[in-house]
Amino acid sequence: MLCLNQLKPGEEAVVTSISGENRRLRDLGLIEGTKVKCVLKSPLGDPAAYKIRGAVVAIRREDAADIKVVAYE
Amino acid sequence: MNNGLMMVLAGNPNVGKSTIFNCLTGMHQHTGNWAGKTVANAKGTWKAEGMPDIQLTDAPGCYSLESSSPEEEVARECICDPDIKGVIVVCDGTCLERNLILALQILEYRRDVILCINLMDRVRKKGMEIDTEKLGSLLNVPVITTCASQKKQIKSKLSRAVAELLQSSPLLDDKKDTARMSPEEIVEEAQKIAAAVTTQKSVEEDKTIKIDRLLTSPWTGFPAMGIMILVILWITLKGANYPSEFLSSRLLALEEPFFRGLAGIGLSAEFCEMTVYGMYRVLAWVVSVMLPPMAIFFPMFTLLEDWGFLPRVAFNLDRCFKGCKACGKQALTMCMGLGCNASAVVGCRIIDSRRERLLAMLTNSLVPCNGRFPLLIGIITMFFASESREKGALILTGVIMLGIAATFAATRLLSATVLRGTAASFTMELPEYRKPQFGKVIVRSVFDRTLFVLGRAAAVAAPAGMIIWIMANSFSGDISIIQRMAEFLDPVGRFMGMDGVILTAFILGIPANEIVLPIAMMIYMSMGTLGETGDLNYFADILCSNGWTEITAINVMIFSLMHWPCATTLLSVKKEAGGWRWAAAAFAVPLIMGVTVCSVTAAFYRIFL
Repeated sequence: MLCLNQLKPGEEAVVTSISGENRRLRDLGLIEGTKVKCVLKSPLGDPAAYKIRGAVVAIRREDAADIKVVAYE
Repeated sequence: MNNGLMMVLAGNPNVGKSTIFNCLTGMHQHTGNWAGKTVANAKGTWKAEGMPDIQLTDAPGCYSLESSSPEEEVARECICDPDIKGVIVVCDGTCLERNLILALQILEYRRDVILCINLMDRVRKKGMEIDTEKLGSLLNVPVITTCASQKKQIKSKLSRAVAELLQSSPLLDDKKDTARMSPEEIVEEAQKIAAAVTTQKSVEEDKTIKIDRLLTSPWTGFPAMGIMILVILWITLKGANYPSEFLSSRLLALEEPFFRGLAGIGLSAEFCEMTVYGMYRVLAWVVSVMLPPMAIFFPMFTLLEDWGFLPRVAFNLDRCFKGCKACGKQALTMCMGLGCNASAVVGCRIIDSRRERLLAMLTNSLVPCNGRFPLLIGIITMFFASESREKGALILTGVIMLGIAATFAATRLLSATVLRGTAASFTMELPEYRKPQFGKVIVRSVFDRTLFVLGRAAAVAAPAGMIIWIMANSFSGDISIIQRMAEFLDPVGRFMGMDGVILTAFILGIPANEIVLPIAMMIYMSMGTLGETGDLNYFADILCSNGWTEITAINVMIFSLMHWPCATTLLSVKKEAGGWRWAAAAFAVPLIMGVTVCSVTAAFYRIFL
């Protein structure tokens, strides 16, 4: 079990649970069972950008910490 | 009652709604490759053959109907308005799965919907195929496909679809399933539908990710951004020089004939002098000094915006904004401030949290807008880089960096004092890079800028020129009113390493930053030598003969960066933040910083040099 912010660029994972109410992320289609891929980290290491349902979205470390994922094979 | 048929364009941010809107209505809404470019409804009339005129609304992009930001609120109200006769939901075909979430939400509200799958050129390029017939039957709505480059097709396809929609009897209320889906069910439904209609034929290599690796990596990210700014400013400086001189010599050569013409029709000498040496001269200066740099800088900036550069700036700088407990999207509004602070303040609506939005609004004027560039460029050219444009660009980049640093300092300070709070959650889309529409962008932005500057010169600079001429030529005792004002402010100006004249010019320049330097020149000239050539060497002589040194120049540049915003920006802050006290804060924050920094620089100079 990992947090989303532990993914490195190029790694893929599936969301298992989201703690807290983050409607923004749900509007973007990030719910339990969604496949995400970390694609970029910004120069200062935070935020990181993730590919979610075909779109690339930047998420800060704190917000990504609320999202539990398992590595995707 | 509403006037005629009303329809709405809705969809996720940055899917090309405004482009379609412009195409249908013939209007010129600005477009850019980043989420949140359109913050307010635009309305226009769509006239098509065989159809009644339609009042079309271009709603701001939103991800969901459950609004969580002001511009999403605007979009929701307009999509759910019972008076409208239909919604055209625009989707990005390359990201159908995500876009269908909003489409499904809208379909729960109403059935008079046309689904418009846009950006089909990129769908094909990516080796994808979308089965629109199947999509139409799954959703039970008409589906059409478009791409931005084919304007005729957009018009014909949409007018056909709308005509059919208007003819079909409104079966609005007998929706088959009255039970609403939960938000999660909608996301899953969107995923299912998208998977059923999309096929990936071949995989094309992702260019966006390659460019992003360069623009956002730890080693190259910030240098790449710096070089980008440097190059743009260098081209601006290099390119603006010649047209500026050309314009000023031509426009000022007209002074004499203009004067003779006015005198010839029997107007009093005083009136002629006021009109020509007051109104016309300031107008000519504003046009010749302001117009060329703006007309060069702005199109280049717009090209970068069209390409998709701005979200990367925000991505790179977000960590710094988080450190100031602010939102990374403030980087977007900061970039827009380089164009115009007033419109950037309105653009702050893209920031969800009110506290973070206020931070962005109050600190926006710390980056120099287009109206202040020419003053900065003028002073840099006169005092520090008369020969080398490269050096000039470097110094100007430094000034902008200083403005950015001041933005961070002010934001940090405000969020530790008046606007205390914690950083809200932050999500921002990084769109794919798009080939900018060179011709359109350049034509539009030059045209818009030219009109804007000319309009402002006519509306603000000309009357200001007249008032200043009157002030410079009405005497109380043996000196003019304007000299009295300058003398009165002189101690304050000197304390900040400037003088009373330049401070007077900044005060009289509140209506528009463009006129600060021309006003200062007018005052200096009215006090001493008079002449009519308008090139920079001549200006430099006037300034030096009035006691300007390099330190004066530095302090004037700092003060130009950090003083009150122009009247238009203040009005925007009042309107957007809801109250004069916020406008007062937007006035005071940069001013306090400017006074402090200038006083310290001046004191440092007095003590050590």
